Amino acid sequence: MTILSVELTQRRGAFSLDVGFEATRGVTGIIGRSGAGKTMTLQAIAGLGHPDTGHISLGGEIFLDTERNIFVPPEKRHIGYVFQEARLFPHLTVMRNLEYGLRRRGPEPPIPRDEVIGLLDLRHLLERQPHGLSGGEAQRVAIGRALLSAPRLLLMDEPLASLDIGRRREIMPFLEALHERLALPIVFVSHNMEEVVRLADRVVVVERGRVVASGGVADVLNRIDIQNLILGEADDDSIGTILDMRIETHDDDESLTELSGAGFRLFVPRLPRPQGAPVRLRLRARDVTIATEAPRGLSVQNVIEGEIETLDKAGKSDVDVGIRTREGGATIRALVTSRAARLLKLETGMPVWALIKTVAIAGSTGSRQTAESD
Amino acid sequence: MQDTLLTPAEAEALWLSFKTGAVGALISLPFGLLTAWALSRKNFPGKFALDLLVHMPLVMPPVVTGYLLLLAFGSRGPVGAWLEENLGITLAFNWKGAALAAAIMGFPLLVRALRLSFDAVDRKLEQAARTLGATPWDVFRSVTLPIIMPGLITGLLLAFARGLGEFGATITFVANIPGETQTLPIALYSALQSPGGEIRALRLLILSIVLALGALAASEIFAARMRRRIFGPEKEGRT
Repeated sequence: MTILSVELTQRRGAFSLDVGFEATRGVTGIIGRSGAGKTMTLQAIAGLGHPDTGHISLGGEIFLDTERNIFVPPEKRHIGYVFQEARLFPHLTVMRNLEYGLRRRGPEPPIPRDEVIGLLDLRHLLERQPHGLSGGEAQRVAIGRALLSAPRLLLMDEPLASLDIGRRREIMPFLEALHERLALPIVFVSHNMEEVVRLADRVVVVERGRVVASGGVADVLNRIDIQNLILGEADDDSIGTILDMRIETHDDDESLTELSGAGFRLFVPRLPRPQGAPVRLRLRARDVTIATEAPRGLSVQNVIEGEIETLDKAGKSDVDVGIRTREGGATIRALVTSRAARLLKLETGMPVWALIKTVAIAGSTGSRQTAESD
Repeated sequence: MQDTLLTPAEAEALWLSFKTGAVGALISLPFGLLTAWALSRKNFPGKFALDLLVHMPLVMPPVVTGYLLLLAFGSRGPVGAWLEENLGITLAFNWKGAALAAAIMGFPLLVRALRLSFDAVDRKLEQAARTLGATPWDVFRSVTLPIIMPGLITGLLLAFARGLGEFGATITFVANIPGETQTLPIALYSALQSPGGEIRALRLLILSIVLALGALAASEIFAARMRRRIFGPEKEGRT
């Protein structure tokens, strides 16, 4: 079911934006490097930008149609917008900031005010003025303010970019909780792979003002060309494999959780999720070891059988190995040194075993529940 | 108490000055807001000319301004005649004319203060308000206006103080009529012109200084308090 449909072109100086995509219920991440046109796209959706040509509709209602001269002003679009900077009104208390959209939009917000305040942990801040808030607190207020304006769509522009790592850790759970609690479609912009992996159901990759790929998060972001595009050559440490799995069982004695999916099983440290819950993992290619024979007597618990599908040079001294699992459900990437690849005589089609340390998964895991729909 | 402190003539001059200054500043406020807003936010043909026009009272000899007012708003002037005929308002040679002169002379100061404030408003806040359901007018009322309030108060009090001391344009436009157009500075001037008026002049001089300093201090204290409330103690810059 298509909810949001976007088709637009806009020129600004030497930069030209020409994007088209559709978003359904759930969370859509728009990812791309800075200057790719992500923010311009969000502004056009919200009605804060004026595309040269295009067509934008939400749930059947047309917001923009340059051919028919339709332009619905932002206040009539009912789209919540969380900006990169919090943009709180400095002359109003936190409470009055939260109520700003509520008073104007009205009848009933999608979730009651008290619940938003609780969800975002704002109760102790209500009487404060915005200038006394930390970056993370201000951003949480901004999210609450947007939610209470009864939006039919929530746009978020790098909601975490202006925050340091600590604050990010503070807000991430709120965003995840938000997503699980609301049936509200969300479109957010990010240049950070981790954020998209954790929060999005679908992803649109934008580069130089054009959409270069779109689809399911794992499908799109596991593509080597897309990873290289987003991460750049320098960031080999972050390349890896995204796996959508499910919680099979919990082993409370050993504090482990067993995951299944894609034709194999993995043990990871105990996850605070119910049995059967979907979990998305990100395995860093650095943390995957390759064996050319069935390993025995190892402390490593996760051994996945497969064969080498691709071999690519990565950086000066590394080789990026794509391992097709035997059941055929996934391709796992491993990063080994060129020397190791030469000594093991790695070549495509060769049967190998991928070794993944349980801890390694824990260190690079983003876990989330995917939406129930589609 | 008042009778012992000020003579009736002094009290009258003080009250007239206060009235013309306050009324002048208040009637110029809506025009000042519109002009400052247009100069800060809009690009239109004639913007430069408007900017010059607004600043003319600041650079022209006040006598010239007063004479222009007399030509336009006097009983036989085009605007004056129209006002008298249609609204029954006479400006020449009464306190309303003095208020108009005060308004015109204070206008550049008001517009400058307001324009700086408009320039300093983060437009991104206004965008945010639009996405929260506010129409452009609602945004102005609920976001822009409260944020420029310190600058507005400053501008208003500057214009008021300028109006209090208005002399040249006022005496040219509405003359020197005790009880009607004889404001503090004009009374001071009259006292100096009459033999043995030095003591009277000195008393009026002290009164003028107290009034001007009072207005300035009130403006500073009020605006600083407001800025602190809005922007917090750490960002207490002038707006």
